Amino acid sequence: MNIIVCVKQVPDTAEVRINPETNTLIREGVPSIINPYDLHAIEAALQLREKTGGKVTVITMGPPQAEDALREAISMGVDDVRLISDRAFAGADTWATSYTLYKAIEKLGYDIILCGKQAIDGDTAQVGPEVAEFLDIPHVSYVRKIDDVSKDLIKVQRLMDDGYDVVEASLPVLLTVVREINTPRLPSLKGKMAAKKAVIGKMDMKEIGADENNVGLKGSPTQVRKIFAPEAKTDRKMLHGSLEEQVSSLVEELRGLKCV
Amino acid sequence: MRIEVVVERCTGCGQCIESCPYTSIVIKDGKAFINEYCQFCRTCLSICPEGAIIEIAEEGDDTQKSEVRSHKSEYKGVWVFAEQREGKVVSVAHELLGAGRRLADELKTDLSAVLFGSTAEEAKELVKWGADKVYHCNSPFFEKFNDEPYSKLLTDLINKYKPEVVLAGATPIGRSFIPRVAAKVRTGLTADCTALEVDKDTGNLLQIRPAFGGNIMATIFCPDYRPQIATVRPRVMKKGAYDADRKGDIIPVSDENITSRTKVIESVKEGSACHVNLQEAEVIVSGGRGVGDPKGFKMLEELASLLEGTVGASRAAVDEGWIPYSHQVGQTGKTVCPKIYIACGISGAVQHLVGMQSSDIIIAINKNPDAPIFNAATYGIVGDINEVVPLLIKKIKEAKS
Repeated sequence: MNIIVCVKQVPDTAEVRINPETNTLIREGVPSIINPYDLHAIEAALQLREKTGGKVTVITMGPPQAEDALREAISMGVDDVRLISDRAFAGADTWATSYTLYKAIEKLGYDIILCGKQAIDGDTAQVGPEVAEFLDIPHVSYVRKIDDVSKDLIKVQRLMDDGYDVVEASLPVLLTVVREINTPRLPSLKGKMAAKKAVIGKMDMKEIGADENNVGLKGSPTQVRKIFAPEAKTDRKMLHGSLEEQVSSLVEELRGLKCV
Repeated sequence: MRIEVVVERCTGCGQCIESCPYTSIVIKDGKAFINEYCQFCRTCLSICPEGAIIEIAEEGDDTQKSEVRSHKSEYKGVWVFAEQREGKVVSVAHELLGAGRRLADELKTDLSAVLFGSTAEEAKELVKWGADKVYHCNSPFFEKFNDEPYSKLLTDLINKYKPEVVLAGATPIGRSFIPRVAAKVRTGLTADCTALEVDKDTGNLLQIRPAFGGNIMATIFCPDYRPQIATVRPRVMKKGAYDADRKGDIIPVSDENITSRTKVIESVKEGSACHVNLQEAEVIVSGGRGVGDPKGFKMLEELASLLEGTVGASRAAVDEGWIPYSHQVGQTGKTVCPKIYIACGISGAVQHLVGMQSSDIIIAINKNPDAPIFNAATYGIVGDINEVVPLLIKKIKEAKS
């Protein structure tokens, strides 16, 4: 079984704050990490390998520094990694990113492709399903459990608003996974050693056979026009007095709203 | 186009590094260098004190795009994908028809809805909610949601009728299959929008959405490809006016040659004691890490039921396993917009705020007077929720009797 995991290196958005004067992000000291959902995808791949045998390959598209994310993946015990990197990929939106990953995955060969449900910087959740469409294979989003897998069929649970669906899909297939699916393992000492020594395989535009009109800014239908700080609320009232008094005035306000 | 650093002018001061939301600027040999993460948002252009970062047009930028542009005028009309669950159209569709009507009027075009796997009655309802036309496929094959048939049929319709704008709900369904449509049609898709505007000069759709966990807002546009597709977060847009006398056309759509390689075997509903749908609730009492344990949520449930509301939670409380994920409010949970949102023991990380800040009234109860939740709150009480909430329950009971 050939299992491919797509990961993304992201700034840890939980650490990001905005500078209200310049309307820009304060990135000082914000670490770059593997997108947290992608760690669950790697773990799911490793568990599948334990069940079915085969090979887990982790890929990422990004600049040379994205190597760090791949080394982290190696330390978790994956078999192989590839950095999909080319200056021409700059400015890629989800369409161009998906196209690029699709060309790389096609080159590598696959039975199951796993992605995190979304990346915490963009939060689009689009790249997984778009890759599946390019490859012309089925996909299931928001997978919270893999019930069963055989040579040509997989049964999974898809998280919905109010519960879950049990979905059966033919292989090859792409799954995007949610946090509930597992707890990602920590790197082993042996894994860390291997990560340190590993030579990271790279693939550029030519090697994956991508059309330059479909990658990077040139291939991207959407563009960022501007970024700005969200508006803050202005009409707030802090309540005063003893706790008893505060609660009483709150109940009065609720009464005024015909809520009590 | 490219964004470049003029090495001679760059002093290596590093101000641009911090300004870049995409971590795309690094210092190499003492000079700024823009790498492949660049999204061409141009923020750094105005930040550089030396004017060393410049935008350069490249040859070929326009030739390829003009080919696409020449087809652009063929695309007309605003479409709304009306999602149904168990045959019933969900309320985000009515919200999208409200937003779609406004956009269609501004663009001086018509508004259509697309409905798969539901009844003729439901299709007629969409007209009353503001649609001029409804493309309706009533095949039972579409009753259950499967990505491939949904995306195949919508793709076929888009290629046949050429709308200029397509909107869908940013729900588990919309966010799952619409990307396939965008990939196939070869056009732009913006996820999870919270505002939509028309650019007066160009007629382009300006798609506004939170990014970086809600830390910043981004305006995205799709100047050269059509249709412009967006998923829109539920409970953000106002529903359109319902007019029982409104007339419109229902256009039947067949599902010939459509197959699926996935199959839904069963759908399981996961209810809990507080069964009310979060996104429909008028009052939400929400708990965070400060609630302390599952028992604390029992107390919040009591308060919620007194106010005829339901219980929500922050990601911290869900991660602790105190309450199921279906209650989670925020960037990775649900967006809610109740009349009253009571945040108990929630510190108010941006990721939570983006999911509830459009509530009419926000009441924050937190021990820490510096908790960011107070910045978003209409009323704030500084105190331990284990004291405040029981007192609040008592006072409300008194007020009621």
